[in-house]
Amino acid sequence: MKTVYIYKSFERFWHWTQAFLIFFLALTGFEVHGSYSFFGYENAVIFHSYAAYALIVVIVFAIFWHFTTGEWRQYIPTTKFLKAQLDFYILGIFRNSPHPTKKSVLSKLNPLQRLTYLELKIMVIPVMVISGLFYMFYRYTSGDNIGGLDIESLETVALIHTAGAYALMAFVVVHVYLITTGHSILTNLKAMMTGYEDVEDENEENNNEEENKDNNDNIKENEKVENEKH
Amino acid sequence: MRKFIIVLSVIIVLVIASFNIFSDKTFRPSQEVILKAKYSEKPAKVVDHSKFDALQKDFNRPQDVTATCITCHNKRHVEVMQSSHWNWERPDYIEGKGIVYLGKKNIINNYCIGTQSNTKSCAKCHIGFDMTENGVSYTDSTNVDCLVCHDQSNSYVKGANLSGTPDPGVDLRKVAQSVGKPTRDNCGVCHFYGGGGNNVKHGDLDNTMFHPGREIDIHMDEAGPNLVCIDCHKTENHQITGKVYSIASISTERSNCEDCHTSTPHESEILNEHTLKVACQTCHIPIYSKGTPTNLDWDWSTAGRLRDGKPYEDIDSLGNHIYKSIKGSFTYGKNIEPDYVWFNGTAGHYVLGDKIEDTTKAVVLNPLYGSYSDKNSKIIPVKIHTANQIFDPITKLLILPHLYADNVGDGAFWKDFNWNSASEKGMKTIGLPYSGKYSFIKTEMYWPINHQVAPKEESLTCTNCHQRENSRLAGLNDFYLPGRDYSDFIDSSGFLVIILSFVGVLFHGLLRIYFSYKQK
Repeated sequence: MKTVYIYKSFERFWHWTQAFLIFFLALTGFEVHGSYSFFGYENAVIFHSYAAYALIVVIVFAIFWHFTTGEWRQYIPTTKFLKAQLDFYILGIFRNSPHPTKKSVLSKLNPLQRLTYLELKIMVIPVMVISGLFYMFYRYTSGDNIGGLDIESLETVALIHTAGAYALMAFVVVHVYLITTGHSILTNLKAMMTGYEDVEDENEENNNEEENKDNNDNIKENEKVENEKH
Repeated sequence: MRKFIIVLSVIIVLVIASFNIFSDKTFRPSQEVILKAKYSEKPAKVVDHSKFDALQKDFNRPQDVTATCITCHNKRHVEVMQSSHWNWERPDYIEGKGIVYLGKKNIINNYCIGTQSNTKSCAKCHIGFDMTENGVSYTDSTNVDCLVCHDQSNSYVKGANLSGTPDPGVDLRKVAQSVGKPTRDNCGVCHFYGGGGNNVKHGDLDNTMFHPGREIDIHMDEAGPNLVCIDCHKTENHQITGKVYSIASISTERSNCEDCHTSTPHESEILNEHTLKVACQTCHIPIYSKGTPTNLDWDWSTAGRLRDGKPYEDIDSLGNHIYKSIKGSFTYGKNIEPDYVWFNGTAGHYVLGDKIEDTTKAVVLNPLYGSYSDKNSKIIPVKIHTANQIFDPITKLLILPHLYADNVGDGAFWKDFNWNSASEKGMKTIGLPYSGKYSFIKTEMYWPINHQVAPKEESLTCTNCHQRENSRLAGLNDFYLPGRDYSDFIDSSGFLVIILSFVGVLFHGLLRIYFSYKQK
C-alpha cells in the first residue's frame, strides 16, 4: 500500500462544485418540469438559470484544465480490460477478487469509467448545455424589445433537455453506488475529498511512466491473478 | 499550476474592471415613476363655457345647441361625422369577404341581436338626434349630439325610444354651459350599459367604474391615478383609438398597454420575455366582472311567455334577471376566470345575410384569429358569451327580428310576442328573405377582456399556467408550455431507468454484503 496524491485541488474543486450544481439543477429543473413544488416556480426558474451559468463557468475552466494539464488523455477510451472490469463488477467483487486495473496518477480511471465519463463529457453534458442554452435564449430581451431564436417550438428542446436530465440522474445513482466499490467502502470518497488515496501495488509507481506500459503491467498482473485462481 | 492561477485571477480582475468602466451609470427613473408623475397633474380647465354670450339662452331643440357649438367649433362636426361613433360602421377587412363596412348597422350580436328596424330604441346610445332607418339624420350636421359626450353637469339624459333625442326634462342651457372634456361618466352612460343593462355585455365595463376604487381598476382608482377613459383611448380630431372586436376586424387604431408601459415593463427578464406571446391583460386581469355580475348566456328561445296575457320578469336572489318575456332566459356570473385564446388583432364576423354552413355546432359570430405559430399572436383573456338565437332553418340565415315598435300590431316582438311577424318585418327591413319558418341556434361571441386591470399583487403567478393540473391555459394546446406539458414516453421511461438503476445497485450491494458475510 502506498499513499498517492491522485486528485489535484482544482480537480476536486471542479468535481464537487459540479456535483453540487448538477444536484441543484436537478432539484430546480424537475420543479420547472412540473414534477413537484419546492422552491416555488419562479424561484426554481431563477435558481436553475443561475446554477446553469455557474456550471457553464465551471465546465469552461475544467476544459481549460484538462487540456493544459494533459489530463484529457485519461479519457481516451480503451477496450483493454473492459471485459475484465465488467467481470469484476459482475463476479469478482463478490469473491473479494482484486480490482483488475490499478489506479495510478497517470491512469486513474478504469476502462469502464473511461467510457462512461467520456460519454458524459462529449455527449450528455454538451447536449444538456446546448439544449439548456436554447431553452434560455429561445426568448431574450434586447432593449425595449423581445427577441427570439427562430425555432418553431420549444417542445423538441425541452424534451431533449428532460431526457438528458433523466440520464444524468440514473448516472448519479450508479456513480454514487460505485464509490463504495473501492479498496474499502470509503476509499474512493476519501480520495475525492482529500486528494490522497492508498494505491494497492507499491511497485506500481516505478512502472507508471507511460500509460501503455502501465496497461501492459496490468495485463500481466491480471493474467497472474487469473492463473492463481485456476 | 501557480501560473494558471495567476493568469486566471488577472483575467477575472480585468473582466470585473471593464464591466465597471463600461457600464451605463446614468440614473433613469422607472417607467412607472414617469407615468405616475405625468398623470398626477390634472390639466386645469382653460375655458369656462358658462361665460360665453352665445350660450346665455334657453334652447328649445337640442339641434339648436349643436348649431350654437358649430358657430365657434366650426369644423368639429365634420370630424364627428367621420367617426364610427356617428356612422356606426367603419371600413374593415375580413378574410374571405374583403373590405366590409362593419358596425352596428350590419352586425348581429348575442344580445339584442341587431339595431336595424329597432333604431328608435337602440339610438338612445347614438351620438346623434333623430336617427332614422333611412339614414337621413346622418347627413344633417345639427343632429350631432355634442352634449352626450361633453356634458359636465351630470344632468343630460337621452330619452327612451326617442331615436337619440334627449329626455324632454333636460335643461339644455345648463348642460351647454357645463361642457368640457369627456369623463368616465360620459363614456360610461352608454358603454357600461351595453346589451340592455349594467355590465350585461362586456364583463369588464360596469357602473362601478363611475367611482372605481383600487380593487376595481388600478388605473382609474379615484384615490390613485384616477385616469379617465380618454387617457388611454387617445383621441385626436374626434377619432377615438381602441375598439372592440365584436364590431371590428383589423388590427388598426388600437389602444394598447404598451403605449404607456412599453413591451418590457418588468424588472424580471423572464417576465419581459413573456410579453412576446402573452398579452398584458392575461396576467393582469385575472378575473372579470369584479364589481357587478355580467351576462354569460342569453336564451332567446324562451322569450314570449306571458302571465295573465302580460309580459313579466323573474329576478333571482342576487337581483339578476333570470327571465324576461321580451328577451328570454339569462345566466349571470360574477368574479369569473376568463377563457384564453390566441389573438393576432384580426377577427372574422358574421354579417347579416351570411349563410350558416354547419348548423350542428355553435355559430361563432366574431371568431378571433391567431395561433402559437403566428408571430403576431398573443394569448389574451376573453369572455365567451353564449346565446340561443333565432334563425331561419330553410335559408340558413340568422334572423334579425323586429323587436321595438311604439304600438301593438306593428309586428314588433316586444309588443306582439310573435316571432313570425317579428322575423318577417325585421328581415324585410334589411332586404333579406324569410322562409316563414324559424328555429333557434347556438351562437358564441368572443369579448376580449381589456379593462379593470388588477393591482400587481393580484396578477397571475407562474403556476396559474405553468402547472400540470388546472392550468389556466389548459385549452391552448398548440405549443409546449413548461410545467404543464411533458412527454409521457420520456417521463415514464426516464423514471423507469432511474428506478432500475436503484434496484440494480441495491441488489448488487446486497449481494456484496451477503458474500462478504459468507466468506467470513
